[in-house]
Amino acid sequence: MNVPKNLKYAKSHEWVRVEGDIAVVGITDHAQHELTDVVYVETPAVDSRVDAGKECAVVESVKSASDIYAPVSGDVVAVNEELSSAPELLNQDPYDKGWMFKIKISDPGELGELLSPDDYAHHIGA
Amino acid sequence: MHGTKTLKRTPLYATHLEWGAKMVPFGGWEMPVQYSGILEEHAAVRERVGLFDISHMGEFLVAGPNAEAALNELLSNDLRKISVGQAQYTLLCDERGGIIDDLIAYRVQPSVFLLVVNASNIEKDFTSMSAHASKAVVFDNASDTMAALALQGPCAVKVLPEAATVSHFSVVRLGILGRQCWVARTGYTGEDGFEIMCDAADAPALWEELLKRGKPFNIKPCGLGARDTLRLEVCYPLHGNDITEETTPMEAGLGKFVSFEKGPFVGRDVLVEQKEKGVSRKLVAFTMTGKSPPPRPHYPILADDRKVGEITSGTQSPTLGAGIGMGYVEATEARIGAPIGIEIRGKTFPAMIAKKPILKRKQ
Repeated sequence: MNVPKNLKYAKSHEWVRVEGDIAVVGITDHAQHELTDVVYVETPAVDSRVDAGKECAVVESVKSASDIYAPVSGDVVAVNEELSSAPELLNQDPYDKGWMFKIKISDPGELGELLSPDDYAHHIGA
Repeated sequence: MHGTKTLKRTPLYATHLEWGAKMVPFGGWEMPVQYSGILEEHAAVRERVGLFDISHMGEFLVAGPNAEAALNELLSNDLRKISVGQAQYTLLCDERGGIIDDLIAYRVQPSVFLLVVNASNIEKDFTSMSAHASKAVVFDNASDTMAALALQGPCAVKVLPEAATVSHFSVVRLGILGRQCWVARTGYTGEDGFEIMCDAADAPALWEELLKRGKPFNIKPCGLGARDTLRLEVCYPLHGNDITEETTPMEAGLGKFVSFEKGPFVGRDVLVEQKEKGVSRKLVAFTMTGKSPPPRPHYPILADDRKVGEITSGTQSPTLGAGIGMGYVEATEARIGAPIGIEIRGKTFPAMIAKKPILKRKQ
């Protein structure tokens, strides 16, 4: 499983790329592999408030609907519009073209709660 | 979902792991839900050929001079309509007309029937049939000694040319690799293909042989995930979802598999009444008409913003690329072409009641 070194991870299999005060969020390679064929993605509304650890998006495969949890708290400032017509980007390119939404981080301290790449790799048994 | 009871394994369990299957609990069994992916496996069956392990399904043998008469008092359809080598879809109902199971009955000898029943209902079916049988028959639950494979798709006949002369809904005794099997031209995918019932010990060799022969056709081993999307596109009901003991054949639109002329059978009184007076709800098929999340079981079905029913099966159709499903709605709302709404996470998405099957099979 691909676990890039430049990202932080939530135990619930979201990744976070910190860009200044913005957190870019997606699901991990491990998560897309477990979910398999993604056929629908429901992103949070821009300007909505999300809370760390609370569900804020839904990813649906043929078989099931899975909640996606906000890794940090803040306001949603952007969502990946391409996912509505190309949900398979989550499978094909989970760390780049498959990004899901961007949060303006309200409490930078929460980033410290996230897992390092090594810890996440251990968490998924990789 | 995960019971504490130990899950049963088919004779192909080790083979599935070798082929990279993702295993899940289903009806008391540990079964492959997918190998390469549901979409890829689904496409393989629609366009070429796929191979399924269906050994979790139950097999009963009913034999003896009274077999036909005894089964005709237990099952909804009329076994007098099929001769040796023919198959019949039929229902096992309770006294209230509720569907205990749906099954295929094969007349393999003049007075011997092979019944293939759903995995999770094996014990319930056996108990119910034993309790209601009024005539002496030999009734053997062969589920543990038999395995079954389903070879499905337009190229299935090229993989199994020795069965090319078997007609649709017929069954023959055939040797494959020198192993004697019942080979039936039946299936649960809406495609041409075969179901192969064999001795449990022969299943791994037959599995490998069919995959080897299927290589030129890019055959895929397929799991229960694709089995479900394939059957739902052609509106075959799934027992436990679309038909249960709380629903009847008349409500489910399965009246053509109920014979009222053959004499008494369990559930007949209720079904006759429903046939004459009509039913209050009907199982309909629907397609989503706009972009929406995939419809799923238990989502409310709305008409004019009023809840008129509930989804029993739903998915994103891999062939159509749109949400499809089935569910019971109030009979007055069950009009083909009628606009309905599906409520998904508090929002209503537009859909339309469709004629069954949703996907018409290419001839």
